[in-house]
Amino acid sequence: MSRDDILNGIRGAMADVFDIDVDENIVTGDTTADDIEEWDSLSHIRLIVAVERKFKVKFTNKEIESLKRVGDLVALVGAKTAA
Amino acid sequence: MLKSMSWLQAAPGDFREQARALQKALRGERGDGLGLRLHALAGHALDENQLASLARLAAEVFRSSIPLQPFSALKLGVFGDGTLSLLAPSIAGTGLRHRLMVDTFVGAFNRALVDALDPSSPVRTAGLDMGLLVSDARVLGLDQPAGSREAAREKVDQAFQQLRRTVEGLRPWIASAVLVQTVASPLEPLFGSFDRIEPGSPLSMVAAFNERIAEWAADGGIVLVDVARLAESVGLESWDDPAHWHASKLGFSPSLLPVYADVVARTVAAVRGLSRKCLVLDLDNTLWGGVIGDDGLAGIVLGQGSATGEAYLAVQRMALALRARGVVLAVCSKNEEANARAPFREHPDMLLREEHIAVFQANWTDKAANLRAIAETLNIGVDALVFLDDNPAERMQVRRALPLVAVPELPEDPALYARTLAAAGYFEAVSFSKEDRQRAEMYQANAQRAAALSASGDVGAYLASLDMVCTIDVVDDVARTRVAQLINKSNQFNLTTRRYSEAELVAAIRNPAKHVVQVRLVDRFGDNGVIAVLIADKASDAWEIDTWLMSCRVLGRRVEEACLAHLAAAARAAGARALIGRYIPSPKNGMVKDHYGKLGFSQDSAADGVTTWRLGLEGYVAPALEMTVVDPTLATGADREVAHA
Repeated sequence: MSRDDILNGIRGAMADVFDIDVDENIVTGDTTADDIEEWDSLSHIRLIVAVERKFKVKFTNKEIESLKRVGDLVALVGAKTAA
Repeated sequence: MLKSMSWLQAAPGDFREQARALQKALRGERGDGLGLRLHALAGHALDENQLASLARLAAEVFRSSIPLQPFSALKLGVFGDGTLSLLAPSIAGTGLRHRLMVDTFVGAFNRALVDALDPSSPVRTAGLDMGLLVSDARVLGLDQPAGSREAAREKVDQAFQQLRRTVEGLRPWIASAVLVQTVASPLEPLFGSFDRIEPGSPLSMVAAFNERIAEWAADGGIVLVDVARLAESVGLESWDDPAHWHASKLGFSPSLLPVYADVVARTVAAVRGLSRKCLVLDLDNTLWGGVIGDDGLAGIVLGQGSATGEAYLAVQRMALALRARGVVLAVCSKNEEANARAPFREHPDMLLREEHIAVFQANWTDKAANLRAIAETLNIGVDALVFLDDNPAERMQVRRALPLVAVPELPEDPALYARTLAAAGYFEAVSFSKEDRQRAEMYQANAQRAAALSASGDVGAYLASLDMVCTIDVVDDVARTRVAQLINKSNQFNLTTRRYSEAELVAAIRNPAKHVVQVRLVDRFGDNGVIAVLIADKASDAWEIDTWLMSCRVLGRRVEEACLAHLAAAARAAGARALIGRYIPSPKNGMVKDHYGKLGFSQDSAADGVTTWRLGLEGYVAPALEMTVVDPTLATGADREVAHA
C-alpha cells in the first residue's frame, strides 16, 4: 500500500469519526488535532479504533502516545502493514 | 454473532449520505414517513461512529420538542465508572433502532456519588426520565483479592452500599426507572480453578456483587442490565481490552460498543413497554427442512437422527420456550392451508402443535398482508411482531411494506437460527408475572371465544354464556408488578397514557387522596388475570379519573361499564357528586376517543385534542350486566381503610 493510499484511508476514517467532509486540502501529513475542531481527546480514541479496524492493525499505547501529526499515523500504519 | 450483530442487515454503503439527508429533512418541514426512514437506517448493524452521528440527530430532534413517530422521547442520565462519554452516543444512536428518541446526560467521570449528592449538580435540573449506572470491577476495587472470607464480604458490601447510596441519591431526580449494570469478571485468574472456591478471589467477589444487584432488582428497586452476561457471551478475551482501559478508561473493547448499546437500549425499551409480543413463524425451511407442498409429510426434514432435522427442532423448542414465558406464536406461510397444517397434526417429530399457534395464516396472499391480519386478530400493533423467515426476498418485502415489524436476518445454516433469534433480544422483559406465564393460553382461549360468538350470534346470550366473574379490588403486593406492567404497556385502550413506574404506583396506592384499583376477569374459558386499572384523584366534589386502561383482550364484554359502576359507587360513598374523565390523544388510543361519551358523560371542554368529560352521579344508574361483579372495596369499606392506612 502506498503512502497516498494510507493517507486517503485515514481521511475516510476521519470523515466518519468527525462527521465532516475531508479532502486533501483539509487533511495533509502535517495536520494535527489543533487544526480540526471536532478532533478532541474522545474522538481521538474513536479515530484510532477506526484506523485500526480499517487497516486491520493494532497499535500499542506507546505508539499512540508518540503520534503528533497525521503523517506519523500514516508512517505507523505503513510500517505495520508492510511487516 | 453478538459481536457482528448478525441479526441486523449490514450498514448501507451510503450511510453518511443518508444520515445527512435525514438531518436536512428533520430540520425542515418534516414530511410523512421521515421517522420510519430514520428507524430503518438505525435498524442496520452500525459501528460506533455511525451510531454517534445518529445520536446527534436524536439529540437535535429531542431538543426540538416536536414529537416524531414512531419514537418515544427519553432523557437518559449515564453515571458511573470509566469514560461514559464514549458510551452515551452509542446508546442514543442505538435507541432509534428500539423506537427511542434518546437525549443523554453524562455524569462526571468516576463521580457518580458526587453527581448524586451535590445540591449544585446539574443532574437535578436535567429532567431525567431514566438513569443508567455503569460499574467496573477495577473502580469498585473488586479486581484486587481480599485476604479472608470476612474481608471479602466487607469489600463486596462496601462496593454495593456505595452503588446503592449513589442510586438513592440520584433517584429523586429521575422520573422513571434506574438501570444498574452487573459487572464483568476480571479475566486474569489469581489461583486458577480455585478462584471459584475462594471467597476472596476477584472472581468470587464479582459474583457476590452481581448477586446483590440481582436481589435488589428482584425487590423492584432497580432494573438490571446484565453486562456480565454479555461479556461472557462474547467472551471475556474479546470483551476486556486492558490497553483501552489504560489509555481511555473505556471498560471494554470499543468494537463491542454497538452490541453493548443494543443490550442497554433494548432494556430501556422494555421498561417503556416497547418489547415485542408475538413471534410469527414461516414454515418451509424455517420450522422444518424442505417444502411441505412438494415434499409431503414423509419428505420434510425434521427430528432426531439428522443434524439438519435437529436444527429445526431447536427452532421449535425455542418457540415453545418463548410461548411458555408469554410470547404469542403465530404462523405466516405461503402454502395451501391443509398442507401447512398437516405437520402440526400428523408429523410425529413436530414439537409445535396447532394448539400452540394463536393465529394460523397459510395462503398465497403476500406476507405483509398476512402479518397485518395477525396483528389485527390479536389486537396488537404490527410493531409488536417479530417475523422469522429463511427467505431473504420475503424478509425484504415485509421490511419494505411494514418497517415496524422486526425481521431478523438469518444465517445460511439452520443450526444457528435459534441462537440468532435469541441474540436479537426482541422479547426483553424487566419482570415476569403470573399473567405472562398464562398469556399464550389466554390468546388461545380468546380465539375460542371468538368462535363461540360467531356460533351464537346473539351478543347478550353469548356474554351470558361466558359465566364471567369480574373482581374489582385494591392493588395488593401480588398484583403490583402486573398492574405496573399494564400501566406501562397499554397503548390502545388507555385514556391518558400516563406511565408510572412500580415505585410511583406504590406511592399512589399509599396516597389517601388517590383511588387505585385493579380489575380481574374470569370466564369459563379461563382466567384473564388483571385486565383493567383505574386511578382516580379524590376531591370532595368530584373524582377525576387520572388513569383508565383496559386490556384489549376483553373488549366488547361490558367490563368498562362494570368499571364505571364501581367508580360511581366509590365516589358516591365518599360524598362526591360527579366523575370527571379526560381523553388525551396518542398515536395509538384513537379507539377510546368517544369512550366517555358512550358511557353517558357529557363533554365539558376540548383543547389540542384533549377532551374533558363530566358525569353527574345523582342521575346515574348502574346497568345490569351479564357478569357477576365482586367488589370487596365497596362491600367492606376496605378501600377507605387502605386509604387511611
